[in-house]
Amino acid sequence: MPIELIVVVVLAVLGYVFGQLAERRHFASIRRREREYAELLTFSERRPPPGRWQTALVGGNVVVSVDYFKRLAAGLRALIGGRVSVYESLLERARREAILRMKEDALTRNAVMIMCVRLETASITKGKGDQISSVEVYAYGTALMR
Amino acid sequence: MLISNIEIVPGHRVLRHLGMVQGNTVRAKHVGKDILAGFKNIFGGELTAYTELLSEAREEAVARMVAHAQAIGANAVLNVRFSTSSVTAGAAELFAYGTAVVIEEG
Repeated sequence: MPIELIVVVVLAVLGYVFGQLAERRHFASIRRREREYAELLTFSERRPPPGRWQTALVGGNVVVSVDYFKRLAAGLRALIGGRVSVYESLLERARREAILRMKEDALTRNAVMIMCVRLETASITKGKGDQISSVEVYAYGTALMR
Repeated sequence: MLISNIEIVPGHRVLRHLGMVQGNTVRAKHVGKDILAGFKNIFGGELTAYTELLSEAREEAVARMVAHAQAIGANAVLNVRFSTSSVTAGAAELFAYGTAVVIEEG
C-alpha cells in the first residue's frame, strides 16, 4: 500500500471521528442557546413597530472549517453530482451560530427585538483545487431597545 | 453617530439626505494562524482566529464609513449593508456602505 494512500485514510478517519464529535457537540450547544434566547425575536421585516425605540446595529460572525473527511466526501460527490449533505450541515451550523452571536450582542444591550436581519456568507479561503475550506457567515440587524 | 440597517429611525425624521458613504478594508491573515487553520482543516470546527480577524476588520470598515459620513456633516448612517469578498487567496475585503443623513428628533 503506498504511503500516500495510508496518509489519506488516516486523515479521513481522524477528520470523521473528530469532525462528527465536534459537530454533534456544536449542534447541542446551538439548540440549548436557541431555547435560551427564544424570547428575543428576530425579523427580516424592515419597518420597526410603532413606538419610541432606541436603536443599535448588532451583529455576529463565525468562521467554520470543514474537516478532511467532509472535503473528501464532497470531492467524491462532485464526481456524480447531487446533494452535498456534508456541506449543508456545515453551513446550517455556521448560520445558526452567527444568529445566536448577534442575539448575544443584542442581549447585552437589553434589546427587545431585532429588525431587518440580514445574513451574509463568504468563503474566505480556498483549499487546494479551488475547494472551499472555510466559510464565514455574518448576521446583522437593528436591535430595538425601549 | 447613529448607525442602523433600517431606513427610518423611530422617533426621528430625516432632514437631509447626503448620499452614499462607504468604508472598506482588505485584511490578510497571519502565516502562523494559517498553519493552525491548516490543522483545523483536518479536524473541522471553528477558526476562532479568523472569526476575530474578520470581526475586527468589519469594525474598521464601519469606522471608515462613519469617518466618511462625519466628513460630509451627517449625524446618522441608515440602511447599512455589509459585503465580503476574497480578493486573492489569503486576503479578504470587508466593505460597509450606507446612506448618510441628517436626522432630527420629532
